[in-house]
Amino acid sequence: MTVIRLTINQKPIDLDPPGNRLLIETLRDELHLTGTHSGCDTSQCGACLVLIDGQSVKSCSVFTGELDGAAITTIEGLAAIDNFGEGDSPLGRIQTAFQQYHGLQCGFCTSGMVISASELLATTPHPTEAEIRHWLEGNICRCTGYQNIIAAIMAAATGSGTGEGGESHV
Amino acid sequence: MNSITKFGIGQTMTRQEDIRLLQGQGRYSADLHWPHQAVAFVLRSPQSHAEITRLDTAAASKMPGVLLILTHREIDAEGLNGLPCWTKLPNRDGTLGYIPERPLLAKNRVRFVGEPVAFIVAESLNQARSAAEAIDVVYKSLPSATVTADALNQTTPQIWPDAPQNQAFDWQQGAEEATNRAFAAAKNHLTVTLVNNRVASSPMEPRAAIGKYEDGKFTLHSPTQGVHVIRDCLSRDIFKLPADDFIILSDDVGGGFGPKLFPGPEQALVLSAARRLGRPVKWVGERSDNFMGEVHGRDNVTTASIAFDDQARILALRVETIANMGAYLSPFGPMIATKAGTGMLTGLYDIPTAVVRVHGVFTNTVPVEAYRGAGRPEATFVIERLVDHLAYRTGLDRTEVRRRNLIRPEQLPYKTALGQHYDSGEFAAIMDAALARSDQAGFAARRVESLKRGRLRGLGLATYVEACAGNGAETAVIEMAADGSVTLLIGTQNNGQGHETAYAQILAETLGIDPQRVTLIQGDTRRVKTGNGTGGSRSVPIGGAALQIANQDFLAKSRVKAAEILGCAADDLRFEDSMLVKPDSNQKLSLVEVAAAANGLSGTGTFTPSQATYPNGCHVVELEIEVATGATTIDRYTVVDDFGRTINPALLAGQVYGGIAQGVGQALLEECRYDAKSGQLLTASFMDYAMPRGTLLPMIDFSLRNIPCQTNPLGIKGAGEAGAIGAPPTIISAIVDALQSLDGGAEIVHIDMPATSQKIWQMIQEIHAKRRAA
Repeated sequence: MTVIRLTINQKPIDLDPPGNRLLIETLRDELHLTGTHSGCDTSQCGACLVLIDGQSVKSCSVFTGELDGAAITTIEGLAAIDNFGEGDSPLGRIQTAFQQYHGLQCGFCTSGMVISASELLATTPHPTEAEIRHWLEGNICRCTGYQNIIAAIMAAATGSGTGEGGESHV
Repeated sequence: MNSITKFGIGQTMTRQEDIRLLQGQGRYSADLHWPHQAVAFVLRSPQSHAEITRLDTAAASKMPGVLLILTHREIDAEGLNGLPCWTKLPNRDGTLGYIPERPLLAKNRVRFVGEPVAFIVAESLNQARSAAEAIDVVYKSLPSATVTADALNQTTPQIWPDAPQNQAFDWQQGAEEATNRAFAAAKNHLTVTLVNNRVASSPMEPRAAIGKYEDGKFTLHSPTQGVHVIRDCLSRDIFKLPADDFIILSDDVGGGFGPKLFPGPEQALVLSAARRLGRPVKWVGERSDNFMGEVHGRDNVTTASIAFDDQARILALRVETIANMGAYLSPFGPMIATKAGTGMLTGLYDIPTAVVRVHGVFTNTVPVEAYRGAGRPEATFVIERLVDHLAYRTGLDRTEVRRRNLIRPEQLPYKTALGQHYDSGEFAAIMDAALARSDQAGFAARRVESLKRGRLRGLGLATYVEACAGNGAETAVIEMAADGSVTLLIGTQNNGQGHETAYAQILAETLGIDPQRVTLIQGDTRRVKTGNGTGGSRSVPIGGAALQIANQDFLAKSRVKAAEILGCAADDLRFEDSMLVKPDSNQKLSLVEVAAAANGLSGTGTFTPSQATYPNGCHVVELEIEVATGATTIDRYTVVDDFGRTINPALLAGQVYGGIAQGVGQALLEECRYDAKSGQLLTASFMDYAMPRGTLLPMIDFSLRNIPCQTNPLGIKGAGEAGAIGAPPTIISAIVDALQSLDGGAEIVHIDMPATSQKIWQMIQEIHAKRRAA
């Protein structure tokens, strides 16, 4: 085994992972960062997304040992870099919009959705609805029908994440 | 009006739990790590139907890290029962249906791919997996039956010796003779055959279970839709021990949709293993476990007929369904295609007489259990397709045949031919509202524009009604401590619906309690005494009504205490702006002051619904089909619902959007497919099973036309399943409409779900070929 150095949520950490250790196992089982979820085992659902050097990556499909020198951000560390949160809110800009627009129900896919959205907005600050929908093809949600997730991401992009949310007429 | 009213009923209020869920601080069962826990893996059958001629765990038991391997032999020696079926149905001839034994682990024979064969416990998951591969199992293959429509055939392989022709039950409801007479007398009949495809509920969190055994008590932490249901099953049905020997806990649950209301074998197996080892045992299902070892939903083949007069008025309805139960009967399984759904087969229409016959059949497939709607989507699909066919047959518009048959407001309350009591609603008006909102008038122009781009535009619509708020009573307890903090204890279980927020709004509305001061206690059999769980859209209609009764009880007790302090009669006190006010004086006490003086106050309420509630509405969709590829794009989706009364508009809309996505998924994409010959499950991952993704739907236009429920104390009708019920017939109606617009396609009247692009493309080719031949 080889000792590698990672930065996880802005903290350096030395690890000595076996060769077959997946990043999601390191995060969840060793570091108890359980906000990253496993939803499918086939790299389809995106519940396990984390940012590696700013790019969203499915942590169920990368070996920890390959990541020497990488900077990893999980959902637990996102607010610190997505620093548009309101006042003393523990939530970042995208997280705040998800709460305001009811962009989550059971919360299981949510970490991946938020991580995915953060990469999108970093590269495309003002995406169209169609661009957001296309971007989220790698993330599955079973609860929301995606509508409020899309609305939340659009609101986060325009900085209107403190509205009353939703597109409904009720 | 009080200062807290901005948090009361009818307001959009964000959810408190979102703050922790959005930071990755959710508490799902798989996140738990109990000291000294061992890890379990389930070895599943790779065969659809086979005798187990050898099951030898000796070598596997000696593998590194292996602590325990359970097979049916160990479970039998322990004296545990298998999983129960709670639904004992009478056959139409008066005998009882057949309920086979369903062992926790397969006993000498496997009957579906994925059936649990052994439960391996080791120090690590990889060790348990490796040991599973080392278990020596020899299967002697048997011919299998997986096709619903063929299950009753004489030539189909038999699964249970005591269930001839694979028939579990042959159940009937309605007026057979009157219906036969009506059919005989009527001039016009039409018949349709419909498939309601088998789907997988697929919550993003697969089932998980972590259990321990300490001081003579079992503790299980698992995602459920109600801990008491699971406790009672484990204690009464499986372990045959007192309920008090079991502590069942659920915290955050990553989606339910039906199956998590009922026990799975793994929840019992972790407890058995934990008792044997004296250590906690944790099992976390993977997605493949969820497809192969969980339960599926739907799976019916139905032949349905209507008799009608020359004005297209329906005179009688006759339905015969083959309902695939899977290889065993799940706890609620037989109920879904029968009592849970068939009552809704007449829909919102004034149909004088009806009869329904349902054959429950065994096949070599995963057992079927409740999935969002559980019987009501199937019923709605049948009646709405029939009504569309009535339009095709008579040449009338689809809205016109509905208008002629919908129950009129002056007919309410209305008892249907299949025994439902509709209390309220304006069914033609809600259809008109949906059509107006969808700009039906502009459809023709949009169709022309689509065709210029090589796309067939179709308009689909369906009305729906469902029966909600079943499954008995619910009890709510509210406790205000001396410091004014409030605890609400209730036996429903949030799976993402936002119960904590909705219940807090009812407390705010009635008692003026600040939602920030309310803590919801659910999912803990130590603290919550009873409960029937969350399912069938019952939590807010029944749980909310129980809470409202608890509020009144709390207020009555507060009055007595306040009257004591203020020196007046309890009945003389006015309750205003969260204060109890003594008449003709400036003396008043807040509820918090009363609770402090009483050193804590509580209120209890139990609500048992006298009958179901009936949410209803109308869905309208416009979609485009690309002629060259058969690909479908949904362009506009409009829904108008009557949910009686709204607690929180944002949460309500969330339920509707999610339900519609599941219904559209069933109509266009989703299907649990078995290979007809081998009985192999072909769709056991998200790579093979098509889930709705972000591009499936446009922004849904959802609005309400609420008419308060007459039989619910809060006027609420329930909303959790409505979207999944209305969407499938709406989508099929639209696809047929689009195909009919193709040159030569006028004869098209049906396409089976899921209407994949391949299936549609195939139909387009057939239409082209027919036109060329002509």
